[in-house]
Order: sequence, then structure tokens, then C-alpha cells
Amino acid sequence: MAFDKELNLEATELRLGLPGTKESEKQPTIAIKSNKRALVPNFNEESCGSKENCNASHLQKCDQEIASPAKAQVVGWPPVRSYRKNCLQAKKMEAEAAGMYLKVSMDGAPYLRKIDLKVYKGYPELLKALEDMFKFSAGEYSEREGYNGSEFVPTYEDKDGDWMLVGDVPWDMFLCSCKRLRIMKGSEARGLGCAV
Amino acid sequence: MNYFPDEVLEHVFDFLTSHRDRNAVSLVCSLWYRVERFSRQRVFIGNCYAISPEKLITRFPGLKSLTLKGKPHFADFNLVPYDWGGYVQPWIEALAKSRIGLEELRLKRMVVSDDSLELLSRSFANFKTLVLVSCEGFTTDGLAAIAANCRFLRELDLQENEIDDHSGHWLSCFPDSCTSLTSLNFACLKGEINLASLERLVARSPNLRSLRLNRAVPLETLQKILMRAPLLVDLGTGSYVHDPDSETYNKLKTTILKCKSIRNLSGFLEVAPRCLPAIFPICLNLTSLNLSYAAGIHGSELIKLIRHCAKLQRLWILDCIGDKGLEVVASTCNELQELRVFPSDPFGVGHDAVTENGLVAISIGCPKLHSLLYFCQQMTNAALITVARNCPNFIRFRLCILDPTRPDPVTMKPLDDGFGAIVQSCKLLRRLSLSGLLTDQVFLYIGMYAEQLEMLSVAFAGDSDKGMLYVLNGCKKLRKLEIRDCPFGNMALLSDVGKYETMRSLWMSSCEVTLWGCKTLAKVMPRLNVEIINEHDQMEICAEDGQRVEKMYLYRTLVGPRKDAPEFVWNL
Repeated sequence: MAFDKELNLEATELRLGLPGTKESEKQPTIAIKSNKRALVPNFNEESCGSKENCNASHLQKCDQEIASPAKAQVVGWPPVRSYRKNCLQAKKMEAEAAGMYLKVSMDGAPYLRKIDLKVYKGYPELLKALEDMFKFSAGEYSEREGYNGSEFVPTYEDKDGDWMLVGDVPWDMFLCSCKRLRIMKGSEARGLGCAV
Repeated sequence: MNYFPDEVLEHVFDFLTSHRDRNAVSLVCSLWYRVERFSRQRVFIGNCYAISPEKLITRFPGLKSLTLKGKPHFADFNLVPYDWGGYVQPWIEALAKSRIGLEELRLKRMVVSDDSLELLSRSFANFKTLVLVSCEGFTTDGLAAIAANCRFLRELDLQENEIDDHSGHWLSCFPDSCTSLTSLNFACLKGEINLASLERLVARSPNLRSLRLNRAVPLETLQKILMRAPLLVDLGTGSYVHDPDSETYNKLKTTILKCKSIRNLSGFLEVAPRCLPAIFPICLNLTSLNLSYAAGIHGSELIKLIRHCAKLQRLWILDCIGDKGLEVVASTCNELQELRVFPSDPFGVGHDAVTENGLVAISIGCPKLHSLLYFCQQMTNAALITVARNCPNFIRFRLCILDPTRPDPVTMKPLDDGFGAIVQSCKLLRRLSLSGLLTDQVFLYIGMYAEQLEMLSVAFAGDSDKGMLYVLNGCKKLRKLEIRDCPFGNMALLSDVGKYETMRSLWMSSCEVTLWGCKTLAKVMPRLNVEIINEHDQMEICAEDGQRVEKMYLYRTLVGPRKDAPEFVWNL
């Protein structure tokens, strides 16, 4: 079929590109005017290096060669409206870039610290970081009794201005509602730690 | 036909609501043409360059409602350069100068400037409806003009436009006397909104039935707005984030219970999934749900939500719902007519994407399905054949496999037979988008069976000119054909030149068509505009006839080459 044609001419074909690769770039199609916003770099739109009919299997071979590990990106594919693409891209970048810096105070400490909540994947990591930063031990957390066996208790101020015990709500929810952290002294914290 | 006085004919024509019917009627005889044109109020122009505003105004002096489309469809995917055209300004200028009492303007893929909006707002005393879809070129200053000057404005509907947001004050430009709003959609605005103005506006709009907010509107404001507008039918939330233990959230829960009329729900541009239960009570009544911008809702939460939506007819969702989620849709939403599954990661490898299994499940559970847009990792012939059998009622079938030339992963064969089954089974199919590994064979099937097909989108498919020929020869009702990266050349392009006058437009990019082919076509068909989009300066210097044309867009027109073409667009 057309496959045979491809193989015969490959050897004599003039292309740009490293020897041994099947990729051929006729004209690097950098569509200067086509994008208002910076978009993904243009993968060669015309993978057919020759004037012959470019067929799908040839193109597929090219795609497969280049497609690993990072997916090669073709202009206009997948056919998603740029508005939608920009929205999703913005959300992704926002999620990845924005740190979530919060103040952390500790009763008795002369100054506050700041931590980036986004860096932690869950409560254990956060608590460990706090313990390291302020040199204390939070003890064991249990839903019923709060933090048992410790002088200090991690608490946080939520969106409504209330002081809550760290660890009660799911992590995602905590991320949404936490405004600042305060490591309370044991005696004061006793009341918080008790089950209602 | 001479027996009836004009008024009777006019009265009869009043019953014809579709543009096509009215167009057909106008062709019967000169009397009917005359009666029809004077009584016509609504005109649809699918290509703004096919006719001039002056001709439009001359023919339809009673025009009240105009719909215009500008750029070719592939402009949505960045294939058309920025300054290509599609300006609404000349239309508004011409209409403003005339006696036309324009009341409604609907634009798609057009360039709209603030000046245009300002002129529009000042020129038509009875202007009621402005709908802009995928437009660009304007800022919130233009919106301010509309708000301030259109005293009887009912609908301001902005869908997926690129708007330069200068923030804040445009909403405040609605005068206190403006109480006529029925529909307000500003979800696509990126900037801040004056929340107090918004609340006041809603409070003085008793007829408001459709409201879609942008990201800047927080949950607190949503709750207050819903208190004022319990009769809303269509709601798009803005930011839907709060602490579910808060008083605000509890208030929202109670308020929503009063909103028994909501049938369309969208938005969730920012979302805290734990707040979703507040909307469960209204889910049962929903007929339309658009969560395609709600990237913050993960698969399991989506599924929980959907289980409440038994009456859904239209669902737009992200592919993070997964095949399992689609199975839930299939078992819950038996009334489903339209489904769109968008990729949540259009630039990535799509780990969460759906496959053929999800689609098959849908086809089993949702026999009324007639419109589909499905972005997926892979598809098999067997699945398509099953879907074709289960859902013979497809009108729109758009399949997008994220890897555009992927074969059937089970058999490693092209997807010709699968799509063949679709066109054979779905006799009412009007729109089709193909993807995956495809040979000329699929086009043979399309030409043979897709008798009602009006729009076909093809990418990375086919082996030879024969493919395109099958379609051009077979699909008698074809109106729009758009092709990219296919091995179709001059032979296919020139085989039936008359065909293009029966169509609205043809787009071919990265194919085998050469400059010679395009020139030849242009010479033979004076009533076509054959435009080449040339983004490389090289062509300027050595425009050889044998050179392949990167992008060609041709369309029928009554007014010759357009005068606003930028330098990179050549009209041959």
C-alpha cells in the first residue's frame, strides 16, 4: 500500500531534522499572527515532508515517534474554543502557582511566622512542620478528645472569625476556611480539645 | 394566488417561524417575494460577507431582529489570524443611518468595538436584546454604553467572549428607571463587579428570569440575589465557595428551597464541593446543567450531584466524570437529549479522560440522545456500531479523540466502519465531526448515507482526493465543509465547482490544494470569494502557482470581494 511508497523514498528524501528520526519539518509553521495570546508552541502542522499525498498512517507514525513522553501539541487540536482553553489553563496555573501564606502565632513566642499551606498535602505534614518550626509537640489527635498529651494545641481562625481545632474538618475544607493559625497554650486549649 | 389580498398572505406567512420556510416562500413568485419581504422581521445571515448591510436594509425594511455570523468556525481553535475580519461596525452604521427599528442583535464570532456598542446603544430607541457569542474587540466601557442608553433593554447575554475588563462600574450604568431586564449573563467577564449595584439591579428587575454571574460574585451575594429573584428559571453561579458550617451557607440552603423555577443551572466557576448539597433540592427539577467550567468538582462529587438530576435533558460536563460517572448519568438521566463531555486537561495527556465505554453506557440509558460532543481518549468501531444501533436519532454527532489519528485500540483498524454505522443508522444526522484514524472509506459511507448532512468537520483523515469527492458528490444538503490536515488537493477541489454555490462555505487548511487550484476556481466562479490566508511573507515574494496553500476559505457571496480584508488575506 502507501506504506511501501513511504519506505522507498525516505532514504533519498531531503529533510530537516536529526538523522534517524522520522520527523520532517518542511516549514516550521510559527503562526505569528494567529494568536492573540501566547499559546502552546506549534508542532509541525504539516508532517508530510514531501509533495506526495500525506496519508494518515504516515502522520500517525510521526505522531507516535514524537508523542512520548510529553504530548506533542498541534495548533487547534483538540478543537476546544480558546475561551474555554484559557479558562482551564488559568485555573490550573492559579492552582499551581498561588501560594497560600498564613500567619502562625504561638502563645508566648515573641514574633509570628508565615507558612504556605499549599505545600502540605494533609494534616500530618502540616503538624510536623509546625512542630519543627516552633519546637513543640502537638500530641495525638483524636476526634473525641482533640490533642491528647501535649502542652500546646494547634488552632485556626476560620472565615467566620471563630477559633477552631486543627484537624476536625477534611483537609480541603480546612484549606478553604483557614485564615490564620495559632498554637494555643495547653491550659487555654483544654476547653477546645474536649468533645462537645 | 392572485385571489388573496396581501394582508391575508402576510397573515399566513406569520405562521412561518423558520428562516428557511420564509426563504422558500419568497422564491415562489414575485408577489409572494414582495409580501414576504415587507413583512419579514427576523433575518439570519450565516456569513456576514455573503451580503451587504445596504442590500439587507433595502430588501427588508421591516427588520427588527438580526443575527450575524462572522469568522469561520475554525477561528474558535486559533486557526484564523487575529485581524481576519468579521467587523460589525459597518452593519451598525448602515442600520443606524436607515429607518430600521432594530430591536434585537445576535452576533457570533464577530469583532465588536466599544464604538460599535456605543453607536448601537444610541441609534435604536426600542433596542431590547443583545446576544454576543465568541466575539471580541470590546471592553466593559462598551457594556456601560449599552446599560446606560438602552432604556428598554431586556436581554444582555454575553457568552464566551474575550472582553477587556476595565472593572466595576458598567453595572452601575443601568439607570434606576431600568426595570425591564429579563436576562443578564456576564459570566465571561474576568474582572470585579460592583456587588451593591448588582443587588439593586436585581431588586428592581421583577421580570428577571435568567441570570448568570461571573467569578467575582461571591456566595454571600448569590444568596442575597436569590432572595430577590426567586422566580429565576436560569441561574449561573459565580464563585461558589464558602464554609459549609457558616451562617451564610445555611441561609443559602433555605433561600434555594424557594427557587422552585430553576430549570437551567451553570457556573460554579470556583467551587467548594462541600457546598454542593445546598443545590440538591433543586436538582430534581433541572432540565439543563452545565458544569463544564467547574474544574473544582471532582469525579465522585460530580456523580453524587448527578444522582439527583433525573430530569436532565441537557448536560455539559468535564471528562473527569470518567466512564463510571457516565454510567451513573446513563442510569439516572433517561430523558437526556444533549450531552457534551469536554476535556478537563486540553493540553495534557488526559489521564482522567473518558473512553468508548462511557459512550456506550450513555447510549443504552439515554435513547432520546440527539446531540453529542464527546472528547475521549479512544474509540472503537464496536462501540460506535452499538451507539448507532441504540441511538438512531442523532442530529449532531461530534466525536473528538484527543489523539487525532488514533485507530481502534482493540483491532488497530481505522474507525471507518464505526462512523459508517452512525451515518447509516442516523438518518436525520445534520452535523458530523470525525476524528481518529480514518481512510477514504469513511467518506464513501458519508456520501452514501448522510443525506441530511449539512455540516462536516474533518481533520487528519483520508488517503486521497476520492475522500473529498465522495462527500461533495453524495451529500446533497451540505452547507459547511471544513477540512484540516487531509490529503485532498486540486482534483477534489475543482471537480464540481458549482457545488460551492449551494454551500455557505468551505475551509481547507494544511491540505494539498495549491495556489493554482485556488486561482482556477476563483476564475471560474465569480460569485465565490476564494480567500487565501497567508501568514508567511515568503508567499508575497515568490507566489508560485505550484505552491501549496496553507489556509483557504471560500464562500458564496452576492457582493464580491470584501473591502476590509487585511494584507495577509488574498482574495483571488
